[in-house]
Parts: sequence; structure tokens; C-alpha cells
Amino acid sequence: MNKPLRRVAVFCGLLVLALLLRVNYVQFVQADQLSNDTHNRRVAINQYAQPRGDIVVDGKAVTGHTETNGSDFKYKRTYTDGPMWAPVTGHASQAYGTSFLEGVEDKFLTGDDDRLFFNRTIDLLTGKQRQGGNVVTTLNAKAQTAAFKGLGDKKGAVVALDPRTGAILAMASTPSYDPSGIAGYSNTDEKNWVALDKKNDPDDPSLNRALRQTYPPGSTFKLVTAAAALESGKVTDVDASTTSPDPYTLPGTTVPLKNEGHIQCKDTSLRNALRQSCNTVFGKLGVDVGLKGMVDEAEKFGFNKEQLIPVRADASNFDTKMSPDQVAQSSIGQFDTAATPLQMAMVASAIANNGVLMQPYEVDKLVAPNLSTISQTDPKELSKPLSPENAQKLQSMMETVVNDGTGKNAKIPGVRVGGKTGTAQHGINNDKAPYAWFVSYAMTDQGSPVAVAVVVEDGAANRDDISGGGLAAPIAQSVMEAVLNK
Amino acid sequence: MSASNTTTITSIGAPNRRNTELALLVFAVLIPVFAYANVGLAKNGSVPAGLLGYGVGLGLLAAVAHLLVRKFAPYADPLMLPIATLLNGLGLVLIWRLDQEPSLGAAMAPKQLMWSTVGVLLFIGVLVFLKDHRILQRYTYISMVLALALLVAPVFFPGVNGAKIWVTLPGIGSLQPGEFAKIVITVFFAGYLMVKRDALALASRRFMGLYLPRGRDLGPILVIWGISLLILVFETDLGTSLLFFGLFVIMLYVATERTSWIVFGLLLSAGGAVFVSTFEHHVKERVDNWLHPLALAPNGGVTETAQAMYAFGSGGIFGSGLGQGYSRLILGIAPKSDYILATVGEELGLAGLMAVLLLYGLLTERGIRTALAARDPFGKLLAIGLSGAFALQVFVVAGGVTGLIPLTGMTMPFMAQGGSSVIANWALVAILMRISDTARRPAPSPAPSPDAEATQVVRTQ
Repeated sequence: MNKPLRRVAVFCGLLVLALLLRVNYVQFVQADQLSNDTHNRRVAINQYAQPRGDIVVDGKAVTGHTETNGSDFKYKRTYTDGPMWAPVTGHASQAYGTSFLEGVEDKFLTGDDDRLFFNRTIDLLTGKQRQGGNVVTTLNAKAQTAAFKGLGDKKGAVVALDPRTGAILAMASTPSYDPSGIAGYSNTDEKNWVALDKKNDPDDPSLNRALRQTYPPGSTFKLVTAAAALESGKVTDVDASTTSPDPYTLPGTTVPLKNEGHIQCKDTSLRNALRQSCNTVFGKLGVDVGLKGMVDEAEKFGFNKEQLIPVRADASNFDTKMSPDQVAQSSIGQFDTAATPLQMAMVASAIANNGVLMQPYEVDKLVAPNLSTISQTDPKELSKPLSPENAQKLQSMMETVVNDGTGKNAKIPGVRVGGKTGTAQHGINNDKAPYAWFVSYAMTDQGSPVAVAVVVEDGAANRDDISGGGLAAPIAQSVMEAVLNK
Repeated sequence: MSASNTTTITSIGAPNRRNTELALLVFAVLIPVFAYANVGLAKNGSVPAGLLGYGVGLGLLAAVAHLLVRKFAPYADPLMLPIATLLNGLGLVLIWRLDQEPSLGAAMAPKQLMWSTVGVLLFIGVLVFLKDHRILQRYTYISMVLALALLVAPVFFPGVNGAKIWVTLPGIGSLQPGEFAKIVITVFFAGYLMVKRDALALASRRFMGLYLPRGRDLGPILVIWGISLLILVFETDLGTSLLFFGLFVIMLYVATERTSWIVFGLLLSAGGAVFVSTFEHHVKERVDNWLHPLALAPNGGVTETAQAMYAFGSGGIFGSGLGQGYSRLILGIAPKSDYILATVGEELGLAGLMAVLLLYGLLTERGIRTALAARDPFGKLLAIGLSGAFALQVFVVAGGVTGLIPLTGMTMPFMAQGGSSVIANWALVAILMRISDTARRPAPSPAPSPDAEATQVVRTQ
């Protein structure tokens, strides 16, 4: 019986070998994947085992932490002025993960980042608790407050940039939510989280309208069309008369493109067309520039591409395949054209910065727990949508809009302010309340320190009262004043 | 070897190696004691108050067992007792460690310590009262009846967690008769096969390249095995069914030395597996869990299977250290019983888990070695049956927990929480040691040969 016994011995040996191979596979090959799996609660336990680093605005932390008892997680995130800063900070929740800056810089905030390896090692040797690094933002607390207060109960978003660097100065989105309410693991947190769900709250307060919502830009897109007309040489003198009929029949169709209200647009100059927001002039200009020229110009301003600031912003859209009549509609910001508030702020900032578009960013630097700077963001040029001369021409046209046109509500005494209003219609047969847009910049002797885009979507307001100049321009004005320190 | 030595049996047998066993036992006690201190230091920053009691208790059990082995089974295999002690000791530490997590229910370690003591007492009892394993041969048919009774018993008691494998005795608690049935049915198989093995191997008809035995030889064994499988399927205790089936095939193969039994067995098991997994919802669910271990539960939560995989993955190569893992995330009593290996994997890491698996492998191979060394066919069959059952159980549990095969819900011998399991496995080791003692015991000296004296042979040994 010894021969089969030996074989059984080999068989049992193989069973053990199979087990050994399996545990090596699970604990060595698969280990990283399993230990970092999002459903592995140890990840979150580790994440909240020490206080997170802070997100800093103007030298003051807008985040904090408290110790919690009776849960796997020792520290809980707290937020100062949570709803106001939520579009910037996002949330760090023991139960529901992270978003926005909390998510993008998560490893740095928890102290897990490779760049903090040295600090971690020192902490380990000195027996100190591991600490997270701080994220210093470019935001301006006063501008953010002005934006958030300006939006008030209205639904909408504000983005303000420093055109010279691309630094984001304000980024507000309303209605907002308090990330403190979902930071923990309790039943209350769960209730708050469920309430935030779009299904339960049609206002979708956790949506970052500044980065993740695209709107038809309406007349504010005429800035891009004007830039394309200037860059392509279709228009050289902004005060010369353009050959444009009123109404303008969309090419290839019998549909007339009309102007809103009683304005004189026939053969008017580019400056006057922008001042009065003539659909006919810009529709025809877009067709004259042609699809390729329009697409090129729009993409130079940042359309059709996601922006990482470093939080991801949705791509704004300008169709690349259209018939001439669609190009005409797109050139006045209708049809499929859609832009995020960030995108329109970029348009204004490129014009204000004499034609140079800077890469927008919201993290100024990352600092280690011992306050040494680990990384610093250097302003970076993204593209040159305009020549300086053309940019200055456009500036003077935008200043006409504010001084003598639809944007009078944005005037700031003693400061050059340029702007453009927009009232974007949407819905089937334009039956929904239009969006009110205002994009603008302020200019001082040292160049332009601020460009703003404001969008207000207020379904409750009376349709006749909605206009970029009436609803959005005052908000832009207060944000610019906050930056200018007026 | 002297040329004049006319017999292969000499009075100089294998050294009894009792001192080796003693030295190994010292380690087998010290390692769990250090592990115990380690858990205390990691969890509370102090050496646990019960350390002395625990150390002395474990040491005392090991010492008494060792002394009685010296007296009643002096030639027994020296590795089995230390390995069993080490595994049982580590299991106790892990259960005590998991007791520190309030979410995992009542403290189980004291009870487990009591059951381990009963187990060691049974181990001693077997060695003291079972002078020769061949006595068991007399109880072949009684074993058959007993095994059936043990297997049927749980049917009359309510099921726990989907498996009807428990017998609840008032005042004593729950027993898992399957664990004992494993030993008893091995005794029956060994006794029966020893008698019938020639008939099974030779008196057979050739059919499609396979030797099929006569029904009257194979009949009783097939009936017993079939009934036990039916009962187990009815009780939805898959692990034990698999164990019994494997045991049956191994013993038949060893007894008859015919490979055709393995083919026969594999065919039967494949058929059975397909049949069961199609009709049993419980089984289907486990197969699904095995194929998609990380899939979320219907309610969106993380499944037990996934929690175990996360525990293993997070342990990595060196583990988080005893007391510093999060096995508590596998909720309920599972971490102390079915999933105790997950705690080993997480807190002792790949290194610790491999060490534990090798200990099981070593214990199995010592058992098979005993079967090889045994001189009587009954002893051989009994030893291979017990070792095979042990190895299969380890494989089914460890393979199930680590996701190698579908989970079947058996206990890890010696380590897992559960009285029946610990007691039965101590008894199993005791029988193996009794067989190895008989096998390694030197034969009595041959009678002095008158010729040898006359010719003055010089013994060279």
C-alpha cells in the first residue's frame, strides 16, 4: 500500500502548495489593489486617523477638524463658512469620500503624499503623530464673499480670475451646501447626504456650477466672435460700418435672424453692435469668418477641452461640424454652444490681459506641516487668442458697453471697466426663463487685476426683468470692487 | 548490517525523540505567550494581566500531555504534539485578540480555553486507554452506525446561518457532530476496506477501461457514503460533504492501489458538484461570491468575502502586527471561526500565514509518514484516512477563505473558535500518535539463536 500512500502524500503536498501560491497571489500580487480599494474601509480609517491638513485662503484656514468618538475614524473634517467655500474645498467625508480640492489633494492633506516622505520619516523617528500638509489657495476671501452674497438666494455661479496670472480669485456656486454636514459617519450625515442627492433636491446644491455646469453663453459669446472677426481681418476698424442687413436671413434657409428689442443694427459698426448686442451683425460675422476660423478662435480661448485647475472643469462646447446657418446661431452663443462660467471668465481675462490667456489655477502652493513650501504653482500661458492690438480694440469696445451700453450697472467710478451682458434663451421654443450672464474685467495702471464671469439662472424671476445687465452685472461689480479694494 | 543477522527486525529501533518533542514544545508554548503579550501591548500599551495565567495554563497542558506521551506512547511522532499545541495556542491568542473588539460579540477565549483543555484531556485519554489502535478494528460496524447517527442528528435541530450542522444540548451548548463523524467514519472505512480490499481490487469486471468491483463488495461502503452525502446536502453542509467524499476516494485508492478509483471519484464528484450547485441556492450564492469576491451585496454594502479579501490585501507581506488590524470589519462571529485565517493574514502578513499553512502541511505529512511506517493495513488505512481528512479540511477552509475555491464553511482545525472542532482534532492527533507509536516501537528482540552463540558471531552494530 506504500505506492498509493506516497502519491497521496504528494497530493497533500500539492494542496498545501496551491494554498501557498494563492496566499502569495492575494497578499503580494493583489495586495496593493486590495488595500487601496475604495470599498476597503481601512483606506478611510487611515485617512482620518490623524487630522487632515488645511485648505488655506488669505492666510486663514477655511477647514478644521474635531475628534470623534465611537467610530473607526478618529478625526472629522469641519468647515468654516462651508456653503461659501464648498465649490472650492469640496467635501472630505468619512462615509462618502472626497471631492474637489479635498479629493485632488487628498494624499497631500492626509500626509500620505510621496513629497511628504521626508516629513513623515522625521515624525516617525521623533514619535510625532503623522500630519497632513496644507493647501494654500489663490482665492481672495473678500471677492468670494462678494460673489456668494451677490448671488444670495438666486441660482447661479461666479468665477473671478486674475487675468495677469490665471489665479482664481473667486469661485461661488449657489445654492450651496455645508460639507460639514456630511463629513462624519452618523445618521445625520447620512440624512444630509441623501437630501443632497439630485433626486431629492432638484436644485442640486452639491453641483459646482462654476466648473461642472455648462450654459448657453448667449450674447457674451459675441466677444469670441468679435475676437475671431478681428483676428481673421474681417474687421480692422471697429468704428467702421459693417455690411449687415437687419434682419439677417440665415444662409441656406429662409429663417430670419432678428434682434431683441428696438435697436438699429443695419450696417452698424462693430463697436455699436457689441454695445447694443446686435444678433444680426455677429451672426453674419461668424458666417463670414467661417466655421474653421470660429472653431480655432473658440478653442484658443479654451473651448472643447476640459480644464484642470487642478480640479477638473467640464469642457465647454463649440461644435466643430456645422452648416453655415448653425454657425450663425452659434456665433451669438445659441445652438449647441455651451460654456462654463470658468470658460467665460477665461474669455474676459484673455481680452483684459492684452490677448494672452493664462492657465487658470486655484492652488497657489502646497506647504508641509512645518510650513516649508513643497510645491509652488507658477503662472503658465495657455494660449494667445488675440494680438495685443486686437485685444486693446476689444477692450475699448467692452468699455463702451459698460459706459454707454447694456452693462451700465457694472460701472466703478475711477476705474476702466469693460463688460458684456448676455441673456441666453433655452428650453424648447425658449419657454424657460433665460440665463442672465455678465462677463467683465477691471483695469488699473498695472494691467487688469480681475476678470469676472457671472451667470444667474433664476427661474422664479419675471422673464422681462432678466437681463445680464440687471441681474448679473451688479454682482460682477461688487466682486471687482472687492478685488480692487474699493 | 551483519551478514549473520537473519532477521530484519532488530532490537535497535528508531530513537524515541521524546527530548526533541520537549524542546519543540517549549517553543510551541513560548510563541503564543509572546504573541499574547504582543496583542496586549499593541491594544492597551501594557502586558495583559492574564499573561501569567495563560502561559502557565498552556504550559501545564503541554507538560502533562508530554509526560503522558512519554509514559504511554514513548515512540510516538515527536512533531505532532508541538504543532498541535502551537496552532491551538495561536488560535487562542487570536480569539482573545478578536474578543477585544466589542463589535464581535461576547468573549469567546475563556470558553475556547476550556474546550482546548477538554481536547487535551481527550488526547491523553485516547493515549492512556487505547493501548493499540487495532482494537478500533473491532468496532467497524458500530462505527458505521455511530457515524450515521452523528450525521443524522443535526436534522432534528434548527439550522444556524443556513447550515444545519448543529446539535444543541441543554446545559452544554452546541455541538458539531460532523467533526466527530469525520473520525468515526474513517474508522469504519479503514476496518471495512482492510477486509474487502482484495475483493475490491481483484474481483472486478473490466468496463470501458475501468475495473468495476462487484456490488456486494462495494455496496455497503457506497450506501454509507451516499447516505452521508445526502444528509449533508440536506443539511447544506458542503464542506463536510466534500471532505467525506475526498476521504472516501483517498482510502479506496490506497486500499485497492487502483488508479481507476480516482477517475471514478473525480467523475462522481464533478457530477455531484454540478448537481448541487444547480439546485442549491445556498451553494450557488457561494459560487457567485467566489467568482466575484469584490462584488457589492444587493443592499450596496461590502460582502463578507470582500472584507476577507481586503483583510488579506491590507496585511501585505509582513502584516499590520497583532492587534493592529481591522478584522472587526468582517462582522459577526465569523472572524473567530470561519475567517480566523483572515486575521492571521492581516495581522501576521503573508509571512505569518505561510508559516501557519506550513505547520498544517507538516502535521499532515507527519500523519502520512505514520501511515507509511505502520506495519498493519488497518493502521495504514486509518492513518492515511485521518491525515487525508485533516489535509482536505485545511485545504477546503483555507482555500475558501482566501478565495481559491468557493467558501464552504468549515472550521480551521485547532485555530478556529468552536468546541467540537478542537476536541475532535485533538482526538484525531491522539489516534495518529498512537499509530505512530506502534509503528516506530522497536520489535521485541529476537530470541537468542543457538547457532549464533556457537559460532561466536561478532555483532558489528
